[in-house]
Amino acid sequence: MEAIRIENLTKRYKDVTAVDGLHLTVGRGELLALLGVNGAGKTTTIKMLSCLAAPDGGDAWLLGSSICTDAAEVKKVIAVSPQETAVAPGLTVKENLELMWGVHGFSRENRETEIDQLAAALGLQRVMGRKAGKLSGGWQRRLSIAMALISKPQILFLDEPTLGLDVLARAELWDLIRSLKGEITIILTTHYMEEAEALSDRVAIMAGGRLLKCDTAAQIKEQTGTQTLEEAFIQIVKGAGV
Amino acid sequence: MRMLSLAKRNTQEMLRDPLNLAFGLGFPVVLLLLLSAIQANVPVSLFEIGELTPGITVFGLSFMSLFSATILAKDRGSALLQRLYTTPLTAVDFILGYTLPILPIAMGQSLVCYAVALLLGLEFSVHILLAIVMILPVSLLFIGLGLLCGSVLTDKQVGGICGALLTNLSAWLSGTWFDLELVGGAFRKIAYCLPFVHAVEMERAVLAGDMAGIFPHLWWVLAYGVGVLALAVVLFLRQMKRR
Repeated sequence: MEAIRIENLTKRYKDVTAVDGLHLTVGRGELLALLGVNGAGKTTTIKMLSCLAAPDGGDAWLLGSSICTDAAEVKKVIAVSPQETAVAPGLTVKENLELMWGVHGFSRENRETEIDQLAAALGLQRVMGRKAGKLSGGWQRRLSIAMALISKPQILFLDEPTLGLDVLARAELWDLIRSLKGEITIILTTHYMEEAEALSDRVAIMAGGRLLKCDTAAQIKEQTGTQTLEEAFIQIVKGAGV
Repeated sequence: MRMLSLAKRNTQEMLRDPLNLAFGLGFPVVLLLLLSAIQANVPVSLFEIGELTPGITVFGLSFMSLFSATILAKDRGSALLQRLYTTPLTAVDFILGYTLPILPIAMGQSLVCYAVALLLGLEFSVHILLAIVMILPVSLLFIGLGLLCGSVLTDKQVGGICGALLTNLSAWLSGTWFDLELVGGAFRKIAYCLPFVHAVEMERAVLAGDMAGIFPHLWWVLAYGVGVLALAVVLFLRQMKRR
């Protein structure tokens, strides 16, 4: 069953077409990695799907709700962990989670229990009382994802979640993302081929705003006759002449 | 509930910044103490406490503009506001969430200024309480100015515009430090076309118990306040759509 259906989605900024007639479906519980070089249209696609930017053409339906006409409904089922670490720096980790709980309009009744459970699941307990602005990059990313998960979204957008993290922090976040697979539909954008291959069910390769390929990493390698996803990616993007 | 969560977060961020406390509460109090000390040592009436305190309470509100502009500009600059735009918060929630937290802080600042003024010799009267209440429309004007700047400027630009330009404008053109009649001419005309001197004269009239004297100054303050807030809302919504 599909969680996301995208039809002819288009976004233009002045004379630049950032996303050009995108067609795509994502199944429930699937993790789709969006791969592309800078300016490929990955972040713009996420922005449109999360109702941050209005499309200039086409539409997308998230669990049946249109991003063009039912943005309020869409916002109830999604969460976003943006490219930059989006935390309130002057608030503690716990207060950041309380903020996100509150802005979703959930009752106070279950708040403490839900926050404690999420903190335990993400290993945040020992930093709950620390100011978010004082945490390391890895902890801030972890908190950023926790802030997205506190609303129990059915669809999660992770925009470059491991950008700038060291090897250990990245491995920990990979484990976290793997643990979410199956329960939540995830669209993850990344520059890292190994990340896409390790985490995703399918990989979508974008360049110049267009979708060039969408399949499993194994299928993409087989179709291009390459050994690695990186080689396949280069061949596909160069072949498209974008 | 949703809006209150945002408002609570904004209050926490503002009150936890020691610079905000130093400038918002400390600086007006220091000015009151300093100018009262000068008054005590000069034979002419320069900074009588009954005239000075309303001026300082209005001048202190320019820091509220700085607070509201800084927090909004910083949130725009970071990805936090982008994250919040993907939640069920509405445009009204955002505007109230950034406006309401500053009102009690402004009232608190005014309260502290009058408390210090009482220690410095201001005679207690019920008009002090009324003057604190009447600081509300003036606060809305200054908060609106902050939201307006925060919607279009970066946090660094906000420091220059609100931290330097606005504080100086509200100081020199308000008649707090000197009688505008002494300068006269175009300077006086410009000052009376702006809301700052009207806010100070309204507060002085309230403190003196001259209720008729609050007019037409209240109308000036309200007109500017509504105009600035409306423009701030338009600019905030515009940047929200352009994100």
